[in-house]
Amino acid sequence: MTATIVEKIFSKKCGSDVKAGDVVMAPIDGAMIHDITGPLAIQKFYEMGGRKVFDPKRVIMLFDHQIPADSIEAASNHVYMRKFAAEQDIFNYDINEGVCHQVTIEKGRAAPGEIVVGADSHTCMYGAAGAFATGIGSTDMGFVLKFGALYFRVPETIRAEVSGKFSDRVGAKDLILAIAHDIGADGATYKAIEFTGKTVRRMGMAGRMTLCNMAIEMGGKAGIVAPDKVTWEYMKGRRNMKPFTLDSDDGAQFAERRSYNVSDLEPQVAVPHNVDTGVPVSKVAGTHVDQVFIGSCTNGRFEDLAEAAEVLGKKKFSPKCRVIIIPASRDEYLKTLKAGLIERFVRAGALVEAPCCGPCMGGAFGLIAPGEVSLATSNRNFKGRQGSTEGKVYLCSPATAAASAMRGEITDPREV
Amino acid sequence: MAAKKTVPVKRVMLPETQVLKNARVWKFGDDIDTDAIIPGRFLTINNPDELAKHAFEGTRDEFAKKVKEGDVIVGGRNFGCGSSREHAPLALMGAGVKVVIARSFARIFFRNSINVGVLPVVCPDADRISDGAKIALHIKKGYLEADGKRYTIEPVPEFMQGIIDAGGLVEYAKSLQEVPACTR
Ligand code: SF4
Repeated sequence: MTATIVEKIFSKKCGSDVKAGDVVMAPIDGAMIHDITGPLAIQKFYEMGGRKVFDPKRVIMLFDHQIPADSIEAASNHVYMRKFAAEQDIFNYDINEGVCHQVTIEKGRAAPGEIVVGADSHTCMYGAAGAFATGIGSTDMGFVLKFGALYFRVPETIRAEVSGKFSDRVGAKDLILAIAHDIGADGATYKAIEFTGKTVRRMGMAGRMTLCNMAIEMGGKAGIVAPDKVTWEYMKGRRNMKPFTLDSDDGAQFAERRSYNVSDLEPQVAVPHNVDTGVPVSKVAGTHVDQVFIGSCTNGRFEDLAEAAEVLGKKKFSPKCRVIIIPASRDEYLKTLKAGLIERFVRAGALVEAPCCGPCMGGAFGLIAPGEVSLATSNRNFKGRQGSTEGKVYLCSPATAAASAMRGEITDPREV
Repeated sequence: MAAKKTVPVKRVMLPETQVLKNARVWKFGDDIDTDAIIPGRFLTINNPDELAKHAFEGTRDEFAKKVKEGDVIVGGRNFGCGSSREHAPLALMGAGVKVVIARSFARIFFRNSINVGVLPVVCPDADRISDGAKIALHIKKGYLEADGKRYTIEPVPEFMQGIIDAGGLVEYAKSLQEVPACTR
């Protein structure tokens, strides 16, 4: 019998063959909560009569959205979660480690073949580690905390096969913006997107995370890359696991197969106010930007910051815009620091902040005013996402963001 | 430790025919995202009544001021896309909205709504329902009436019906001692 990678993961967990469309109550290997959705999840856990969480070792807790606490309410939420962690014996990464999704993968808390849920929509990023991972709401999370299991409808899979070689200054973010444009904002609703093909195989973990991170922007339930040498190499030292094979069978039933060739792909920019609006950068080049943000779970890794630094060279950012750079985690921060890039960014005029979500969701800081334009390497450009609903958000790669920050307007990174 | 702020759990038991008398339809377009329903800067709030004060802030400011208990939201396709914030259906619940009708829903919002007790109803003809329309739902019979016209609605997936019948996932979970999950 042939199966997709997602069907295989659920079948293994359930001890019997399940197919897309089946509804199962599946055990949960990891459950992530952060400072925004966590308090509500804990509250629901109690309302359901919960006393002890199903397994404290499987609960991942950290704060990243509003850190250091930007309001008394945020500070109180943190206190509430800290108490819960202490009482339940849950290890709490607190405000120390960075953005939830980056940290979860980095700490080896999501691994090939596992089912991981997070009370955050971009949980689908852990598919880069070969896990089936999906975002859930707080009540579902309360249920998971209590029972260690959750209902799933096993999703169909869209197989996205990527071939070709990226040209200079074009990468994973440009590809996923192009795929989102192709599939559309709801084209993958209820489905998993499996990224495969030579180009994906050649990609490092950073690029794979960028791809899987944005599966939700097409309505996807999960993004996933079958584990291979790159994955297992990454897992070393993070998880004590023997490598195994896990991939979709060629003859498996896919909802759709789509193929992409990146050889002619240009840098992409998603224009306001939807993520599936990607256009080649040349279409919007020259658009004035007030704020440039390089960071987030989508593109705040060392590789992303190194790419931005490479584009920047020894030049300076434009005084016409403000530039905010935030490494996605403490590890990524340290790597960037050691490579001397933080100093370069600061000298060039950027504000470099400690690992957190930052302006990505317009909660803590870095909000934009009415009429302002933001260019960001994050994953959403909905109206009001980064502050005023009368502001505009464009999305792009770290290379395009750096080039644009140098001129104060949207700029093709191949031109600077 | 008890829950910090107790959210009043409004149980929503939906009768077979729900005639929403004097209910007004609030019509929205396609791709209404959860940032529009409740902006990120209000997510430190967990109380539905407080959240309701900021529902659609910046997107449709009159909503929070004028919405009445029992009003209905009608959206286009992909309603509730984006973030997993349950604050979105909670804000609607706080505003007295018990039913959201749309051509299609984003997955997490759909599930969150059912979990908290707001009923998401898929209606392929949602686009034809106008703002301000008077509306009646005949859930088990599979149709709704808006300004006298009849439109088909899709049944809720079977496995979610139990959660709806219980009045939300919290109530449903209370009735369970443990869940027979497949093996780990
Ligand atoms: S960086 Fe942005 S998208 Fe990622 S978890 Fe934080 S707020 Fe969400």
